[in-house]
Amino acid sequence: MSLAAITRATLAKDLRLEWRSKDAINSMLFFALLVVVVFSFSFDPNAEESRQIAGGLVWVAFLFAAVVALNQTWARELRNQVLDAFRVAPAPANSLFLAKALGNFVFVCVLEALMTPLFVVFYKLRALGPAWQLIPVAVLGTWALVVNGTFFAAMSIRTRRREIMLPLLLFPISIPAILAMVNATTAILTGELSAWFWFVLLATYDVVFTIACLLLFETVLHAE
Amino acid sequence: MKRAFPIFAVLTALLLSYALYEALVAAPTEKTMGDVQRIFYYHVPSAWTAFLLFLINFVASVVYLIRRSHTADIVAVVTAEVGVVFCTVVLVTGPLWARPVWGIWWTWDVRLTSTLVLWLIYVSYLMLRRFSTSSQTPLLAAALAVFGALDVPLVYFSIWIFRSQHPQPVIGGGGSIDPRMLHILLLNWVAFLCFAALICWSRYRLERLRREVEETQALESLLEPRSLR
Repeated sequence: MSLAAITRATLAKDLRLEWRSKDAINSMLFFALLVVVVFSFSFDPNAEESRQIAGGLVWVAFLFAAVVALNQTWARELRNQVLDAFRVAPAPANSLFLAKALGNFVFVCVLEALMTPLFVVFYKLRALGPAWQLIPVAVLGTWALVVNGTFFAAMSIRTRRREIMLPLLLFPISIPAILAMVNATTAILTGELSAWFWFVLLATYDVVFTIACLLLFETVLHAE
Repeated sequence: MKRAFPIFAVLTALLLSYALYEALVAAPTEKTMGDVQRIFYYHVPSAWTAFLLFLINFVASVVYLIRRSHTADIVAVVTAEVGVVFCTVVLVTGPLWARPVWGIWWTWDVRLTSTLVLWLIYVSYLMLRRFSTSSQTPLLAAALAVFGALDVPLVYFSIWIFRSQHPQPVIGGGGSIDPRMLHILLLNWVAFLCFAALICWSRYRLERLRREVEETQALESLLEPRSLR
């Protein structure tokens, strides 16, 4: 089977599992909802200035929620030794990685699609800049979080306290991406600055780390 | 080799004391900042030493990924640990200097923030090593070091958009510095490098011994007859 076929099969399996159990999406949604509510206490959500901080707030909520999904990416495969089966299977390791990363990408995108209307309603958000640009920001930003998150999740299952290890590894490395997402979103919402620089940065980050993950994943998968 | 270590230690101590004297007494007092500026002879050499150690860590990690050499892994552990210590010195002396000179402890400028992020990345590196339960810890750590190294330029450029309040680099940055100050700065850097090399050396021997002991214990427990337990 080709890389694409195996990727598709694994991805379909993960999506089907999620569709039936809805474990990841439910916990992510509830978590993000809590973040929205808690943040509303710390400032006046109706104020005009809330537009300045909304970018950071939205992404912090998505970031923490994404960790919930990322943490269970590989933990699910540890039961019944599925991961060991993957290791001995002749399938290319990268097809497994791509399937997992794409699966997480879908979950987090669904979360974003469901949560964005809530943010808009609760914080009375209205973009003063070109709102359609938020879509590429979301796509590039989500991939940036998810590609490294999937990789580091594969590393953190080999540690004690694996649930806490993932954010500890992921957040420092993700700082440039987070900075770019937050600033791009703020630039679009306030309409004062161009988000161009941040798009370039996000795209570079995505390309660099996707290549790095694909090159190193096989080594990390077989490290046992 | 065994005798070389104490000799090197004594030489380093002498060099450090001489550099301390030069920095605190012999160096000319800076015109506007006064004596506070003397922290410069500790801040900058620590920063250069930390960056050099992180660079060695990255090279050692790549060598480990290619050759799986134990020596490369030990070098990686040692340089990361000592690098974090020197980086901490930079992050502590920086605000101490900034407060009287700039009037603030901290500013989110490009070099400060990048150094902080670098420190965060290496702390997470050490945590991964500490919490790993896998026998392949060196491999996971080496992969993380490569990710960290790829991240550094991106961190720098992403924060670059914020205006920099930090003085321009003294060496090669077009800034002017008294030749006497430069001389003392370089002297201090050499002293700090020797000091870092000394700690790394001793830590390297310790790590090597620790691994040997572990291996011997593992072998002994295999050889031990079951009836004795």
